[in-house]
Amino acid sequence: MNHMRDPGLLARDAEGLFWMARYLERVENIARLIDVTQSFESPGFETEAWYGLIRINADEANFRERGFSADAVHVKRFYLLDKGNSTSIPACLEGARTNARTLRPLMSTEMWRQINMFHRFVSRITPENLEGDALSRLCTKIKEGVQAHTGITQGTLHRDQGWYFYELGRYIERADQTTRMLDIKYTALLPRGKEEKRVAELTQWNAILRAAAGYHAFKRQARAQFAPEDVVHFLLRDPSSPRSALLCIRRIESHLDDLRRYYGLSTVAEALELSEMLRELILEKPLGHILATGLHEYLDLIQIHLHELAGAVGRVFFRDWRPAPISAQKQVQTQVSA
Amino acid sequence: MNEIFHNLWPEYDSGRFFCELTAPRPDVGPVPQWLAERLQTIGLEALRSRASAAETDLIDLGVTFTVYSDATAIDRILPFDCIPRILTASEWDLLERACIQRVQTLNLFLGDIYGKGQVVKDGIIPAELVYGNSNYRPEMKDFPVPHGTYLHVCGIDIIRDEKGDFRVLEDNARTPSGVSYVIENRHLMLRTFPDLMAGIKLKPVDDYGRRLRAAMAEVAPGDHADPQVVLLSPGIYNSAYFEHVFLAREMGVPLVVGADLVVEKDRVFMRTTSGLKPVHTIYRRLNDDFLDPEVFRPDSMLGVPGLIRAWKKGNVAIANAVGTGVADDKAVYAYMPRIIKYYLGEEPLIQNVDTHICREEEGLNYTLANLDKLVTKPVGESGGYGITIGPRASKEELETVRETIKANPDNWISQPMIGLSVGPTLAEDGIGPRHLDLRPFIITGRDSWVLPGGLSRVAMKKGSLIVNSSQGGGSKDTWVLAERYGQGGKS
Repeated sequence: MNHMRDPGLLARDAEGLFWMARYLERVENIARLIDVTQSFESPGFETEAWYGLIRINADEANFRERGFSADAVHVKRFYLLDKGNSTSIPACLEGARTNARTLRPLMSTEMWRQINMFHRFVSRITPENLEGDALSRLCTKIKEGVQAHTGITQGTLHRDQGWYFYELGRYIERADQTTRMLDIKYTALLPRGKEEKRVAELTQWNAILRAAAGYHAFKRQARAQFAPEDVVHFLLRDPSSPRSALLCIRRIESHLDDLRRYYGLSTVAEALELSEMLRELILEKPLGHILATGLHEYLDLIQIHLHELAGAVGRVFFRDWRPAPISAQKQVQTQVSA
Repeated sequence: MNEIFHNLWPEYDSGRFFCELTAPRPDVGPVPQWLAERLQTIGLEALRSRASAAETDLIDLGVTFTVYSDATAIDRILPFDCIPRILTASEWDLLERACIQRVQTLNLFLGDIYGKGQVVKDGIIPAELVYGNSNYRPEMKDFPVPHGTYLHVCGIDIIRDEKGDFRVLEDNARTPSGVSYVIENRHLMLRTFPDLMAGIKLKPVDDYGRRLRAAMAEVAPGDHADPQVVLLSPGIYNSAYFEHVFLAREMGVPLVVGADLVVEKDRVFMRTTSGLKPVHTIYRRLNDDFLDPEVFRPDSMLGVPGLIRAWKKGNVAIANAVGTGVADDKAVYAYMPRIIKYYLGEEPLIQNVDTHICREEEGLNYTLANLDKLVTKPVGESGGYGITIGPRASKEELETVRETIKANPDNWISQPMIGLSVGPTLAEDGIGPRHLDLRPFIITGRDSWVLPGGLSRVAMKKGSLIVNSSQGGGSKDTWVLAERYGQGGKS
């Protein structure tokens, strides 16, 4: 007979896990996007390539307000150095660590230690690290930092309902980031000559596949004749590709279902409904049609649905809990202990 | 100091102070010599590099407290000194009994002053000191608490004078902190300096969380087989947040902030993913003032509206109880020896430091006439703030203190300057003596239990007497020898 009890999960901690995972997934994906952007850079068109990154993240206004101008150096700094930019890697990692701090009672010591050290590494990135071949090495380190986190989490985080919220955050963010990665094609420039154009296009699609860690797997299953819709299919609809939107949404559905089944959280209904709609949206139309009518608009629509799904999870599970206003921080600090 | 130490550490001189390692003690046996020899074998360089690796470890693990200066928050570690402080079995026996005696008395005192007030009526302590005390909570009047326990967790600051006699310096009856370091320091020693500890039998320190949880369950209302205990923290911006995490984990209970709790129909609940879940005992690390905006500070954003109402209905236990601050007040402290005798009919097992109370004419006159020899302390402060050490103060400083005391004598006490004991400590210029104190932690549910040892705080600066972490103090692992070693340690 089992005498252990279900300790339950604080709504605030569920939210913390959800966001910690989202922030870290975002960190990895920004690093992937920067890496792929670098390979899109063609002599004379660096600015266009790098500014594309700002556009697919819908960061235009933010970028201007932070006082940056549209050139390669500034875009790199905006995402890798600017702690004041909430979409930068240092800011996302700060967000992850702040959540981790509140979650320390639930996390393994190994997880906390790694985030702490990773945070220190990222807070020490210098402008020199963004130059020339150093940039790609830096992106690799950042990706590895998140991968170490994911691995430690996989191996040490207790698999109770907290883990499901962590996974929900991770997959919602990953699906969103995959659509942004595809979207980078939308902003990329192509040369005019027919053959040159064909080669350049192939290079760009390959770069996207590499950024999504799917290049070799794609090759193994793709037709001999390259077709852009195969890449789109691979990243949106392939059920085996670990970063495809479909795989993410299937994981989300299964986690929501488990939360209902094993933890009695019947309130998942709304979120489940939204994720079903999302799955249909990803699968329903022929890709040829989507590519012809506008991939960018279609990806936008998926992003909007993901946003609504995240909102529904928040409303249902984190609902009662409201974060304290900033002014409360002062009171916290005055709580002296003898 | 015996020859072995003299040969190993020719430069080491504890002067007129009692040395916690080299002073002869009847049942310490050969342990101090082993320790000195082992330190010698490791060598200064290796000690330093291991100590610095250990400190990096603490930062990575986030065993830190947060210091705020202006707008920046800095995570600091409590500096760790690798040379442990040793308490013998008989010393610990005395300390343990003295701590229990003191906590028993404090609980009886609190029950009395929030009840019939017999101790005041019998003239043991002036009424004004109790009822006029800003930490006295009239809301607590005539509200009995389970098992008469007000102080579920108490920390008592104990020092050792030149002769090696223990003295109580201060009681910490509100939300004493530091216990996490006792346990983390031991883990750190085991990881980093296993060769120093090999073969020495010590009393273990890892039972604290279980004991605390058990005490919290004992005071829970009703007859739940497994009451829900939570730790209430002010949150991640609090300097002791690491300790809150540590204790929540050791107890295996949720760490909550005010916003996680809600009172409905005079019952306390926490907000979970599956709705509201009942809470039975709250181990709070939040000051009285902030607990419940309906009763105390209305602007509190950290507390739980209605919490005190639920408590008074007997639906939840709060530990420590509200209003315990009156018992650890520096003015009340002066009366403790008489209060112990009053309730228990016993002499204090460990004496207070002699204390002059400036609200009494005699005490005030004595203090003002001897400012340059005395340590003056404002009452109601903690963390070592506002203390002036007479013999070390300039004339101007003493004049300022004189004016401050004269303006509000009730707010001050003074004590003779005690030559705090020292322990050998790894410093820049080798192993040197540094001043120490000791804070044992006592848990009380139905009965009291003392964590073996306690936090040994050390003033890392040469000659400094201030051991507080907020003012540059560090800590040492505290070893309580599990057995009486023969009449070794021939000195």
